[in-house]
Amino acid sequence: MKKKFDKTAKSNAITYGMVIAFWVIIQIMIYTDNISSLMKGLLVPVCAYAILAVSLNLTVGILGELSLGHAGFMCVGAFASAFFTICMKDVIPVAGVRFTLALLIGAASAAVFGVLIGIPVLRLRGDYLAIVTLAFGEIIKNFMNILFIGRDSQGLHFSTKDSVALGLEPDGVVLLKGPQGITGTSKDSTFTIGIILLLITLFIVLRLIQSRDGRAIKAIRDNRIAAESIGINITKYKLMAFAISAGLAGIGGVLYAHNLSTLTATSKNFGYNMSIMILVFVVLGGIGNIRGSVIAAAVLTVLPELLRSLSDYRMLIYAIVLIVMMLFNWSPAALEFRERYSLKRLLHKNKAKEAA
Amino acid sequence: MSFLSYLINGISLGSVYAIIALGYTMVYGIAKMLNFAHGDVIMIGAYVVFTAITSMALPVIPAILLAVVACTALGVLIERVAYRPLRNAASPLAVLITAIGVSYLLQNIALLVFGANTKSFPSVVGIKPLSLGGGALTVSGETIVTILACIVIMIGLTLFINKTKAGQAMLAVSEDKGAAQLMGINVNGTIALTFAIGSALAAIAGVLLCSAYPSLTPYTGSMPGIKAFVAAVFGGIGSIPGAMIGGILLGVIEIFGKAYISSQMADAIVFGVLIIVLLVKPTGLLGKKIQEKV
Amino acid sequence: MKKFMKFASLACAATMLFSTTAFAEGETFKIGGIGPITGGAAVYGQAVMNAAQLAVDEINAAGGIAGAQVEFNFQDDEHDAEKSVNAYNTLKDWDMQMLLGTVTSTPCIAVAAEAVNDNMFLLTPSGSAVECVANDNAFRVCFSDPNQGVASAQYIGENKIATKVAVIYDSSDVYSSGIYEKFAAEAANQGLEIVAAEAFTADSKTDFSVQLQKAKDGGAELVFLPIYYTEASLILTQAAGMDYAPIFFGCDGLDGLLAVESFDTALAEGVMLLTPFAADAEDELTQNFVAAYQEAYGEIPNQFAADAYDGIYAIKAAVEQAGVTPDMSASDICDALKVSMTEITIDGLTGTGMTWTADGEPNKAPKAVKITDGKYAAM
Repeated sequence: MKKKFDKTAKSNAITYGMVIAFWVIIQIMIYTDNISSLMKGLLVPVCAYAILAVSLNLTVGILGELSLGHAGFMCVGAFASAFFTICMKDVIPVAGVRFTLALLIGAASAAVFGVLIGIPVLRLRGDYLAIVTLAFGEIIKNFMNILFIGRDSQGLHFSTKDSVALGLEPDGVVLLKGPQGITGTSKDSTFTIGIILLLITLFIVLRLIQSRDGRAIKAIRDNRIAAESIGINITKYKLMAFAISAGLAGIGGVLYAHNLSTLTATSKNFGYNMSIMILVFVVLGGIGNIRGSVIAAAVLTVLPELLRSLSDYRMLIYAIVLIVMMLFNWSPAALEFRERYSLKRLLHKNKAKEAA
Repeated sequence: MSFLSYLINGISLGSVYAIIALGYTMVYGIAKMLNFAHGDVIMIGAYVVFTAITSMALPVIPAILLAVVACTALGVLIERVAYRPLRNAASPLAVLITAIGVSYLLQNIALLVFGANTKSFPSVVGIKPLSLGGGALTVSGETIVTILACIVIMIGLTLFINKTKAGQAMLAVSEDKGAAQLMGINVNGTIALTFAIGSALAAIAGVLLCSAYPSLTPYTGSMPGIKAFVAAVFGGIGSIPGAMIGGILLGVIEIFGKAYISSQMADAIVFGVLIIVLLVKPTGLLGKKIQEKV
Repeated sequence: MKKFMKFASLACAATMLFSTTAFAEGETFKIGGIGPITGGAAVYGQAVMNAAQLAVDEINAAGGIAGAQVEFNFQDDEHDAEKSVNAYNTLKDWDMQMLLGTVTSTPCIAVAAEAVNDNMFLLTPSGSAVECVANDNAFRVCFSDPNQGVASAQYIGENKIATKVAVIYDSSDVYSSGIYEKFAAEAANQGLEIVAAEAFTADSKTDFSVQLQKAKDGGAELVFLPIYYTEASLILTQAAGMDYAPIFFGCDGLDGLLAVESFDTALAEGVMLLTPFAADAEDELTQNFVAAYQEAYGEIPNQFAADAYDGIYAIKAAVEQAGVTPDMSASDICDALKVSMTEITIDGLTGTGMTWTADGEPNKAPKAVKITDGKYAAM
């Protein structure tokens, strides 16, 4: 038991160390001016997607339920926080304070949605659960596209039709313009904030996995009926994992929203396409493997950008690389092949020869 | 009167979803995988017919046959190269993600080969629209053909599965792969056959989809594919009559939602109804109860 | 995981080999372009990429801009704001000096925010949302959304084309909903009655029967379509299927309708649109452009292509007016072009005597055209 504990502690230390080392290396590159604009621009998205992948891994890998609506929680976090930021732009001039509050609001509202959606959804199983999460994700996106919010001296006005229907006074401003979303959010996300948030996310998830609660969640994943029979409160633990996962996705959304000056809900950024993209990170990095999620998110976010020189063939090559990586990482035949020719094993063989 | 015309429009749209959903549910029932690339096989099928008719000047029937052959070959190839190696992977999610990769791949191939420009699909249905109530209501020829095709395919598939040896083998594989293998069933061959049939259905669905809604782009298949997937779940995934009922209901709900509630919220309404149905009946309308073993 | 990383980095490294550098620094003007060339909006981005390249090749063949050759580099943004910023950064690494882009509105707003920080000159061919040119370094070739909505309502009202109007618009699209909103506001002033305002979304744009039925039931004489031609071709087909034949009226997004491959142009008979460009216009400039475009890419150019072509020539004119040279920094060029853009007058594909105001909007007159016998005819 003790040895096993040491092993996880070591593994977690490697995960944290990897993230911190990444930060240090990038900082050095920035100070010595050895980094391209493209890479600099990718740093915050990489952190945001890594957070999303880790948070989804909590649902998929640890809780063992397939969610295809994770982008919905990201969407809630993004819009709630961006709306707060744009409302409070003049009231709270200090960017740090405003961003911290926006972050809390984004994470909290996403977690609330996680609970609200989790209560009905978690009664379902398998692919049916997956499709209902997808449905919720699409509903959230659709709703964001028809929501109009304006502000004048009378306070806030809401409409689901168009901005004319808000009935604003002449001094009013439309803050959230349906499909045109929110424009003019300040760019408060930085790489350092992203890394800090990623570390916090990792800390929360890794601590949860090792805690008593985490063991209960994993017991439910491995055998629900057996877990129930030894008195584990299934609903409570499932909901807990789901809500935490949603809240962390909200943090990813906050980071995303404050990295761009415009925020709209399209199927590309908050629809099923994004949900599936996050799932790709999780599965490619290894289900339940938190460190793998971070690495896969980083690699797959950077990869299409590095393929830019292929111009027209870029996304084609990306698709092929994705399929090949999946086969290489998951197919039993490839795993056996890798086992046989792995570096470790070859080294061992040589050592054995030397000894003989 | 407008109620009836909404209903007919809903059934038209629904019949297209249903025919796509049949292919989805067929593959799911036997191979137990969500084939996210199904919608894109449909798109490829439609492009083959389009090219055959406009560039090669083939008549309609040979063009459709060509598409069926091409899609069947494509389906079997995809299964062999991308899905089969992962059949015994540690998690069923691995093959799901690969399917997404295949979906991207097919879209981008179509983008490179056929270009991004919209093509207007020529109607392949020669039947005149049916006029009811003195011209107040019209049912298009495409709708009639799509519904007929749906029924024929549904009956054909049910007969095939229940009455033929290959169909029985499919049932056995879907129940228990290991046991089926012990009984001397060629599991790989059976699953390949399932993909072949599913892809052939996709070709027909592509033709009917694009005849009813004649606009063809490399992304034509993806959204109807997702909707049809929802329809298949709605009806109880794995159930062949369920796919048809789910598809038609989904179409009707979408049209009624647009007509009577809000055209901006059509997607939210469709998905909202789906959620309610699944909460009441957690395995869809006609789905089998999941049995749990301890 | 390790092997997977190794594999991924190998794949990345392999692609790096493709990069090329043809000219020495400071001898050529470097113009960047951004737009979607993959994904659902690819058709618009590809049109811009192709037409801009055509214009650049023409300029280079004729001796370049003020004696300096022009390099053009177009990057894909998949119609996504984040990818668009990545594309912008890629171009910055390439030492871009001026930007023609981005093609679509939402990504354009995101890129415009980056460009103003870098003081990079930005001319969007087709980003029509108001915010695209909010900063003083940004200009556009096309009309803005509010401008089109108001102009359409005025045209319909002043020419007494109809009084009962229905609108079908894409409520998930910035361009479409932007035009609709201003159209609805101006319609009231013009005495137009909007009997139905029906939306569709990017996720449900196959069936338009409900929207058309509502327009029909409302007795609309005219259906306003502030949308792109892909959906419009479906709407026209479905309207014909239900024997509904109002006047269809659209904006520049409808241009390209007649070029949809194997589209039955009889369906588009009588469709009116306000557009600054028509591919079968009689003037020499348009005819030369259409012929050259067709020869190079095998397609008839649409509105986006025309905007991009004019955009490159606008940059050329502004550069010559300001007298900037290729060895200047992007920021210095931007400062000079900001001024010279308001001083130039261009006769282009999308208007004669085009000028720009300091707030980035073009001054040009929209032409109303009507489709008769499968061709655009001026009204």
